[in-house]
Amino acid sequence: MSSKADRARSEDVALPQLGLTGTLRWIWTQLTSMSTALMLLLLLAVAAVPGSLVPQRRAGPEIVDQWIEDHPFWGPVLDALQFFDVYNSVWFSAIYLLLFVSLVGCVWPRAIQHAKALRQPPARTPRNLTRLPASGVVVLEEGGPSPEEAVARAQAWLRKRRYRVEHRPEAGGASVGAERGYLREIGNILFHVSLIGVLVFMAYGGMTKYGGQKIIVEGEGFANNLVAYDSFTPGTYFSADDLQPFSLTLDSFDAVFDRESETHYGQPLDYTAVMDVREGSGGELQRQILKVNQPLDIDGVRVYLVGNGYAPVVTVRDGAGDVAFQGPVVTRVFDQNYGSQATIKVPDARPDQLGFVGFFLPSAVEDEEGAAFSADPELLNPELQLNSYYGDLGLDTGRPQNVYVLDTASLTELNSRTNENGGIVLSPGQTYELPEGKGSISFDGVRRYVGLDIHYDPGKWGVGVFAGTALLGLVISLFVRRRRVWVRARTDDDGRTRVEYALLARGEEFGLHEEHVALRAAMEKWWPIVAATETADDAAAGAAPQSTPTAPETPAGPADARSGD
Amino acid sequence: MFNPTAPVNEQLALYSDLFMLIAALVYAAAFILFTIDMATASATIRRLEADLAAQRGQVRTAPARETVGAAVGGSTAVGASASDAARPTGAAERGVDADGALVDEDMDYTGGGRRPVANVAVAVLAVGWALHAFAVVARGLAASRVPWGNLYEFMTTGALVITTVYLLFLFRKDLRFVGTFVTGIVVAMMCAATMGFPTPVGHLQPPLQTPWLVIHVSIAVLASSLFALTAAMSVLQLLQDRAEKRAAAGERSWAFLRLVPAAQGLENWSYRLNAVGFVMWTFTLIAGAIWAEAAWGRYWNWDTKEVWTFVIWVVYAAYLHARATRGWTGARAAWLSIVGFLCIVFNYTIVNTYFPGLHSYAGLPG
Repeated sequence: MSSKADRARSEDVALPQLGLTGTLRWIWTQLTSMSTALMLLLLLAVAAVPGSLVPQRRAGPEIVDQWIEDHPFWGPVLDALQFFDVYNSVWFSAIYLLLFVSLVGCVWPRAIQHAKALRQPPARTPRNLTRLPASGVVVLEEGGPSPEEAVARAQAWLRKRRYRVEHRPEAGGASVGAERGYLREIGNILFHVSLIGVLVFMAYGGMTKYGGQKIIVEGEGFANNLVAYDSFTPGTYFSADDLQPFSLTLDSFDAVFDRESETHYGQPLDYTAVMDVREGSGGELQRQILKVNQPLDIDGVRVYLVGNGYAPVVTVRDGAGDVAFQGPVVTRVFDQNYGSQATIKVPDARPDQLGFVGFFLPSAVEDEEGAAFSADPELLNPELQLNSYYGDLGLDTGRPQNVYVLDTASLTELNSRTNENGGIVLSPGQTYELPEGKGSISFDGVRRYVGLDIHYDPGKWGVGVFAGTALLGLVISLFVRRRRVWVRARTDDDGRTRVEYALLARGEEFGLHEEHVALRAAMEKWWPIVAATETADDAAAGAAPQSTPTAPETPAGPADARSGD
Repeated sequence: MFNPTAPVNEQLALYSDLFMLIAALVYAAAFILFTIDMATASATIRRLEADLAAQRGQVRTAPARETVGAAVGGSTAVGASASDAARPTGAAERGVDADGALVDEDMDYTGGGRRPVANVAVAVLAVGWALHAFAVVARGLAASRVPWGNLYEFMTTGALVITTVYLLFLFRKDLRFVGTFVTGIVVAMMCAATMGFPTPVGHLQPPLQTPWLVIHVSIAVLASSLFALTAAMSVLQLLQDRAEKRAAAGERSWAFLRLVPAAQGLENWSYRLNAVGFVMWTFTLIAGAIWAEAAWGRYWNWDTKEVWTFVIWVVYAAYLHARATRGWTGARAAWLSIVGFLCIVFNYTIVNTYFPGLHSYAGLPG
């Protein structure tokens, strides 16, 4: 980023003004120096790591709570240090914001400098070309081209190789200054500016986006409003009015499993959800196919298929004989064969509220010890295996409860594999009468459900575009070669034309050697040469001068002392 | 590209598994040969020096050639000296350096000198590569898809790409000196895949059935193999750096290092490759974000895999900046290049197997 020379210059300016301004300027120079940027980069890499080692709230707050509970000492300490919200933490934000400030402070002066350089002619021809490491001299035969002609020839050649050239008449001859690769610095600036663009649009997205989850059972629907979501994460400046009006219904869901392979038998191959979508409040109903990796796009809102499972349809009658619950129960899949956890809460049952907890097994099989499990993901032998409870479900206290967890602390067990009533085992169409006349439960059938993620992020296009320009800028800045060439021709004491030339790479020197060879070969083709010397010996033309990225500085004074950036 | 309904060709898959094991064994042989070449470096050096001395003698007996070249300035002599590094099969004086270096600064083949063990090692490696390539292609054909759908396939394909890249470089550049390191990495990857994470062939899970798998993962593998190569070069750079300091102090160091280019040359070349690798890694990151957007609805969510991809990106960004910062070139930059590669190894092994996250496609039981 900003070079030593820049720094030296701005410090010179700062010298007369001591006190606050001077101090601030000093801090600014420090912050925008390359080594600070480097340190901040390394710090950023280190700071990002903890987020992969300890659970993060953004991924699942309940896991974080569990972790804190399991680690009574480190839990609260790390929590206080924001280790569970690394990427929103003060320290992580501080590092990347400082990095971006440093970046702006670096790129801005460079952009101005380059804008000036773009309007300037190539650097002035150094007095003594042969002192540059990649240089050479050829002396032409008598009667050969004049110095003017030789320089013109070289100039034409350089222009053809897309150098910017300037012809300079000199005492006893002429010289040409040539420079190419201005695009390199433009690419560099484009890359860094694009990173700022990415950050800005990420922030814009963070303010305006929203996202949520919704589980829909076959035949059921969803309308895009806040109460319909199972969970919802708004952006900073989200308001409920921002929700695009649309609704969708899950017509059917189909999963295909591997039936050919012995080793991967039953592995999922394809999920297809058929959705009926209505855009706006009164639009046409449209049938659309939703698949993994193929989200629906409704008015800028994207709907993703992220999960699926079985929802057994259950009817629960209470002790009074009334239907207290009827409908599909969304179960939580816990193994590859869709063994699922079922929790049924029946707060409307009278006289006692009822609760059921257990498993839904699409292909129930018993192992030697009598424990049931699912042997296949498809409905070959669907069974509901439940324990039942009665008492107060605790739903009236107003405290939010997890719908998938039945708190049995204040409940009395009715059925369980371990008590005399045994567990409830139901196949579709069967009904079980609960003991003590508490009611009954029927397993009516099975429907499928899908888990949907719904996302709206208007900032993502900006992020994408700037990520693209960043990549473009990176490629240009790394692979375009910036170099200068000077050729000077004079009439020497013997009246012959003497051509001197030098090449200088700015930054990395790859390819300079090849360019040297090409220039030399061209000269040998053009002119009859009497004598030739080269200061560019193997070592010089090869890799040796790359010991510093700064171009070697010759006392003879290449015009540009700032060639090192 | 993806045909989940096509039956898996189990017979072909078995051949793939078999050839994968054979390839691993052949690679192990190549590794041993490269190690022998490394261990017998002092003998090689004596032989090379003898050859060079003989060549020097020839040059001395034919001084006319030099004079003519200089006086006439004929295109041959000038061309030869100016394009010294660019033309691998140069004149007899190639390989002889003023300071007595046995290898070319720019890692070109010097033409002179025999290194039979290293040459046999390269040949064995090429045989291993052919077997390996068959195994990987057969695996892909057996399942009618790209062969990188789980950790086993990712590792075996990754090892194939590393070997391919290395062999391709060997055509143009004399990189035999990193042979031990490269074959070491490849053998480790093949062993980890075939013994640690053997996975029978199968179809892709629905989330992986997208062209992004091809784009994102292939470039990631390619970038990683370049980073593997540069990490090996950076290790040698550090060793060479120390050897050069010892040599300056008049001390002797490991003979093998005389067969390795100078620290500066290693640094320049690893920078060049790392620049290419960094562009590829940037692309991997962007393609991954686009895929994540298409699959999960958010382009970046700090999933463990995303975190580590980002960490690796930042480390190599730091590396590129270090090269332009005074006091950070040389050994420090080399350390960054090594750390970057260690992060990649960590990302592909520990993160894939032990860290939960959305990228859990390792296909491992559990």
